[in-house]
Amino acid sequence: MKHTLLLTLSVSALLAFAPAHAADTPATAGAAPASATVEGTQDAGSAADAPTAAKLPASSPEDNANTKTTEGNAEAKGGETKDTEAKDAEAKRAPAAEAPADASATSAAEATVEGGAEGDATNVAAAHVAEEAPAADAHHVPQAPKMDWSWNGPFGTFDRPSLQRGFQVYKQVCAACHSMNRVYFRNLAALGYNEDEIKSIAGEYQITDGPNDEGEMFERPGRPSDHFKSPFANDQAARSANGGALPPDLSLIVRARADGSNYVHGLLTGYGEPPAGFALNPGMHYNKYFAGHQIAMPTPLVEGSVTYDDGTTATVEQMSRDVTAFLTWASEPVMEKRKQTGLKVMLFLLVFSGLMYATKKRVWRNVN
Amino acid sequence: MAHGPRTPFDNKIVEWVDSRLPVFTMIQKEYGVFPTPKNFNYFWNFGALAMVMLIIMIMSGVVLAMHYTPNAAMAFSSVERITRDVNWGWFLRYLHMNGASMFFIAVYIHIYRGLYYGSYKQPRELLWIFGIIIFLLMMATAFMGYTLPWSQMSGWGATVITSLFSAIPVVGKTLVMWLWGGFSVDNPTLNRFFALHYLLPFIITAVVGLHVWALHVVGSNNPTGIDPKGPQDTLPFNPYYTIKDMFGLSVFLIVYAILVFYAPTLLTHQDHFVPFNPMVTPAHIVPEWYFLPFYAILRAITFDLNVYLLAAGALIGVLVYQYCWRKTPDARIAPHAPKLIAAAAIIGLPGFALAFLKDIEALKGIIDHIPLQGFHIMEAKLGGVLAMFGAILMLAVLPWLDRHPVRSGRYRPWFRIALGGFVVCAVILGYVGAQPAEQPWVAIGQLATLYYFAFFLVIVPWLSNNEPVAVLPNSIHEAVLAEKK
Repeated sequence: MKHTLLLTLSVSALLAFAPAHAADTPATAGAAPASATVEGTQDAGSAADAPTAAKLPASSPEDNANTKTTEGNAEAKGGETKDTEAKDAEAKRAPAAEAPADASATSAAEATVEGGAEGDATNVAAAHVAEEAPAADAHHVPQAPKMDWSWNGPFGTFDRPSLQRGFQVYKQVCAACHSMNRVYFRNLAALGYNEDEIKSIAGEYQITDGPNDEGEMFERPGRPSDHFKSPFANDQAARSANGGALPPDLSLIVRARADGSNYVHGLLTGYGEPPAGFALNPGMHYNKYFAGHQIAMPTPLVEGSVTYDDGTTATVEQMSRDVTAFLTWASEPVMEKRKQTGLKVMLFLLVFSGLMYATKKRVWRNVN
Repeated sequence: MAHGPRTPFDNKIVEWVDSRLPVFTMIQKEYGVFPTPKNFNYFWNFGALAMVMLIIMIMSGVVLAMHYTPNAAMAFSSVERITRDVNWGWFLRYLHMNGASMFFIAVYIHIYRGLYYGSYKQPRELLWIFGIIIFLLMMATAFMGYTLPWSQMSGWGATVITSLFSAIPVVGKTLVMWLWGGFSVDNPTLNRFFALHYLLPFIITAVVGLHVWALHVVGSNNPTGIDPKGPQDTLPFNPYYTIKDMFGLSVFLIVYAILVFYAPTLLTHQDHFVPFNPMVTPAHIVPEWYFLPFYAILRAITFDLNVYLLAAGALIGVLVYQYCWRKTPDARIAPHAPKLIAAAAIIGLPGFALAFLKDIEALKGIIDHIPLQGFHIMEAKLGGVLAMFGAILMLAVLPWLDRHPVRSGRYRPWFRIALGGFVVCAVILGYVGAQPAEQPWVAIGQLATLYYFAFFLVIVPWLSNNEPVAVLPNSIHEAVLAEKK
């Protein structure tokens, strides 16, 4: 009896895991550690430029926060404010890809505010919102509407065409300011692109590599093993181009926000005129789903921001849904595999529990 | 250990080993024929489930450690790489991060089982204390594991918790720097936390060994709390409880699998997916759910201990001792009880006002005139830390606080109600721990904290002396038969 059970257990476990395991071989495993190093270096850079004051032991984190926010204010550059304001109107209408400079300057401030209390605010208004964010956050943020996403639920999957369109929106709009350092061109296979398509997508970018044998850095076309090219060479360059603010990397943005998919979609479509009597700070934009309702990023998506390759009409709603799908996938590329494995595991466990229950009943039948 | 006469095994190899080191004899004795009360309910599964969780955590953790980089600049990325690129890395990570929750669920139910059925009572006090030590070690391990992804929540959680030690007088600040290995939570902190996170589970395993050893010396408690009196009260552990544990385990694994495969981040704050930035404080720094009740107790002490509260507390302590801890109050004190209560109320009033009503504008004029208010016996921060650790200490000393002769809550209706209130309080504290430190949560947390300590220091000792002793069944066998009728 015991042996039979053990056998059932091991065989079923093998059946549940073996096929999927065989199919799972990362295409470019060698690339991953290298990338970790690159990312690591960037992180180290940002840690290194931290003001020494903050390294002093602090009695409470709140004290620290206050100090930093103040520093952030001190760093804010007044000059940028007007600049941002003046270009807002253009940025709203112009496709972001054509006006990268404008887009970066403005949406950087959004990054600032969204980050909770990121030190380098583009203007005093942004810093003001940042200060209030802790109080306004989480408990007072209006909930973005719950959407009926294709990936919801235990059997949810991504819609490939939508992912591809979302990638196009990212590439042509968001990528002007936002990096996605944890996503590699090779990962695009999951979107339904074949090897040649991925090679050609990667090849559109010039990647800085090196040093070569002469000790020089050089440019080469991108390869599938490269991660998405960042709009800026490093965090310092990103900050410098964005009035001191750092646009957040979007690789994990859906996971890094509460109810992420709905939030991202809500944010992208939540722009509008402020209600009467709402004091909108200069350079800010009204957004229904943003903490404090004041967001520095101007409307990123306008009708026709992209021309879809597959001919889908690029309404704001459509683009937002597509890019949300893409960002949700990017936050957890293993989601579909996770759920598929889960189904097998659940079936196994249910059957196994049934067997165990029956066996238990039988073993205990004569006990009184 | 298992010396004495040995029954030879039929299998030659088993016999060869066993005659040299009687491990098979020991397994047979402790897990084969081990006489186990026959009336266990499903609460008795959770010890074994906790053991399984410990093994799953160590196994998944060891493999994760092969892919993880304990460096402040690379830790977050290495964890993401595990999720994205390592073969089955996502599975291991979700197994490990949700495994911590499942481990705590199992252990909390296990502790509740012990409380309800009086498993901490004589002769299982040492067994119980080993359990509390395991619980403490688990908390330390889980906390350090929480810091390893080096996310916003990791870094800031580590900052908040390590900073608690700065509340210790004189050496506090130095101690915190020593813990950090520098002037802030940084790379050295991560490195040592990783080393300790890897080490502590093996220490837990050792203490679990002592816990199980002690259990096998005194034997298991059971739902009646009555000691087995003969073979009609017990069953051999195998196959009866091996199969029952297997069934319990498979149901437990279903819950675990739902978390791992369908809601892997359900119990994880979103700031756990933002890399640690020492320059940016998150809006909320919250620990994992299993620490929330203790976090709420920590934050419930919002006031410095003033002279009035201390004096009133001392008077109340005398009264509690006389009327709750003793069977009958001392004849010299009893006649003065009303006076003592009045004195405690009068002295306590200004103390209460200083501690809780200071922010009320209308009372400011009066409160500002209370003398001696600059004199703090103990600062709020230290008070909070002491309360938090005291909350766990209460559990450890419970065998000596509860001296009621009846073990099981099944025959203690009064205790059952008090314990129900305790569980409600623990849940409320857990909820309050997740809320921002503002009203009404602070007040609710303070009341729940008051009940938490009153349960151990007032209610349980009072029940020991005053709860009627019920007539117990003669044996487990009789109780089981009575139940079946």
